[in-house]
Amino acid sequence: MKQVFGRTESLKDTAFHYCPGCGHSIIHRLVAETIDELNIKEKVIGVPPAGCAVLAYNYFDIDMGEAPHGRGAAVATGLKRSLPDRVVFTYQGDGDIAAIGTAETIHAANRGEKITAIFVNNGVYGMTGGQMAPTTIVGQISTTTPGGRNPDRDGIPIDLSEMLALANGSVYIERTSVDSPKNIIKTKKAIKKAFQVQMAGLGFSLVEILSPCPTNLKMSPVQASEWVSSTMTTQFPLKVIKDEAGNLGAAPPSE
Amino acid sequence: MATKSKRGFIKIAAELCKGCYLCESVCPFNLISVSEKLNQKGYHPAVYDEEGIGIEKHKCKGCALCALVCPDIAIEVYRE
Amino acid sequence: MLLRGSHVIGEAAMRAGCRFYFGYPITPQNELTEYMANGMAALPDGVFIQAESELAAINMVLGVSMTGKRAMTSSSSPGISLKQEGISFLAAQELPAVIVNTMRGGPGLGNIAPAQGDYLQATRGGGHGDYRTIVLAPGTGQELAELTRKAFEYADRYRIPVIILGDGMMGQMMEPVEFPEPIDPASLPLKPWVLDGAKGRPSRILKSLILDTSAMEEHNWKLYRKYQIIGDEIPEVERFLTDDAQLVLLAYGTASRIAKGAIKRVREMGLKVGLLRPKTLWPFPKKSLLEMSRRVSDFLVFEMNTGQMLEDVKLSLEGRRRVHFYGRPGGIISTPDEIAKVINNIYFKEGLESEE
Repeated sequence: MKQVFGRTESLKDTAFHYCPGCGHSIIHRLVAETIDELNIKEKVIGVPPAGCAVLAYNYFDIDMGEAPHGRGAAVATGLKRSLPDRVVFTYQGDGDIAAIGTAETIHAANRGEKITAIFVNNGVYGMTGGQMAPTTIVGQISTTTPGGRNPDRDGIPIDLSEMLALANGSVYIERTSVDSPKNIIKTKKAIKKAFQVQMAGLGFSLVEILSPCPTNLKMSPVQASEWVSSTMTTQFPLKVIKDEAGNLGAAPPSE
Repeated sequence: MATKSKRGFIKIAAELCKGCYLCESVCPFNLISVSEKLNQKGYHPAVYDEEGIGIEKHKCKGCALCALVCPDIAIEVYRE
Repeated sequence: MLLRGSHVIGEAAMRAGCRFYFGYPITPQNELTEYMANGMAALPDGVFIQAESELAAINMVLGVSMTGKRAMTSSSSPGISLKQEGISFLAAQELPAVIVNTMRGGPGLGNIAPAQGDYLQATRGGGHGDYRTIVLAPGTGQELAELTRKAFEYADRYRIPVIILGDGMMGQMMEPVEFPEPIDPASLPLKPWVLDGAKGRPSRILKSLILDTSAMEEHNWKLYRKYQIIGDEIPEVERFLTDDAQLVLLAYGTASRIAKGAIKRVREMGLKVGLLRPKTLWPFPKKSLLEMSRRVSDFLVFEMNTGQMLEDVKLSLEGRRRVHFYGRPGGIISTPDEIAKVINNIYFKEGLESEE
């Protein structure tokens, strides 16, 4: 018998602090597996967010530099402009990338910064205790929308990925989910392609990943995953939103 | 002359498990159940046990769906 | 070379090996941003980005600084307020950076005239948390060149953000300047803490989140000890006609130039007045002031605000000497005659002529 699934090299041998059933740790694993498959562990620099994943550097065994809340794209811009041959990615939640960091993100995409954003959309502010996020869906109850998100008062969820697709400098944007084995496999493919787009020097790439937050949804992990499948995807359909990558097979492999 | 499907098995690290049971929900053969014991974190970990069950009844193929959905990398998968 | 002040800073920065500039337009400092746009374009390894905001600009500096290279941003008062978030993170993560503040009248949007209302913001850390930044206050064109070079050296040596504090008048004035020889960035010593991909070494983290309170306390004390060392090593002043002075003015930047004009006028009338000009506002040159206070009974602080450096002067002297103040906030530029009148009043009111 041979081992076909285990912990990948770019993850430290540390237990995740995330709640049971949290999508963050699945996404951490997929990013780390991608780093190892592309053999870029020694040339990748990650920018963790504020929020539940602020401790991402406890898990990734790669160089990481912390950005203030929302400023990931600006910090990544500085890192990448200084070291153009490294692979730079931000790991950001919905509040980080689609509320407080909207300007930094849109302008980095518009400049075509050769960086990759891993955008974890769980529809809620997790770390701070379940407040409304820019991506909280209409009617969804949060601690700051006790009667459910009301479009008249709160606006409707923001489709940041679609907005970013309008930017000239964005090359590849896909929305995926980690609600099922099939979608987890798709998510990893998307992350890999996003990194390859960057490595080929094509421009800005982003993968928006719908992710369950059982704790703040007040559901069991299995129910939370089902909620992502049945409800969240109606607001945020899973699809390739923009792909101008062309044939990446021709892209030079990493050293 | 049917091709014999591959056999596999999994190892669940009980101390890494947080009892989300996503693995239980995706196993095609319902081979994963909930332990009656608590681990040190205070969760009832998921358990898998096909040891000594005999070749005829052994169902795990090492498909790794459980490991794929496990948020805590608590599952290692082996296949022949 | 005859250059306007804002261009002197830009030229000196590039000669200090700075190859990364990020900025956002705001008057009265646009000439510096524009100079960097041209300068960086002319350098094969120069990077200039007009950022979408001051927040973005300072965080681009943060990103470059993490890789160990010299980076700079500049702005004016309202924009500097926006940068405070990033400056706090730079201070916390002990990252070098140079930030130019061409101060203008405030608070709020204020106006674009020269003012010194940001002294306390600059010298007390400015953003959240218990930290300080080095603050340099050039007084001449030549000093703009020299202190800009020093700003980069201090930033690297102490791993700290350094603020160059000027105003629109300093930025516009044309004076002849001799620049130091340019530094090749490749010749700068490698920094052992940078992020560049964990090749052949363990992975690194640059962060400021320290959830453990004991570790956070220790980090604060570590910063504090560093600030103590900086306080011992870098305070710098100019003494102007202080040898026989009965009354010593304290002023920096544009105000110090006006003060010098006033002192020349009152000297012609026989008044023994001098100037102690801090070139470092933080650390404040307390030792030089105390030394002078052994002989001098009266000090006059002159600022283009309602009295901010005044606090540092009083804290240094601890009530042992008389401290007078004259200030004009809001972008008003006092004339040397106006200050000469103030000096006269104090000089005779305190009976300093009879102490001779």
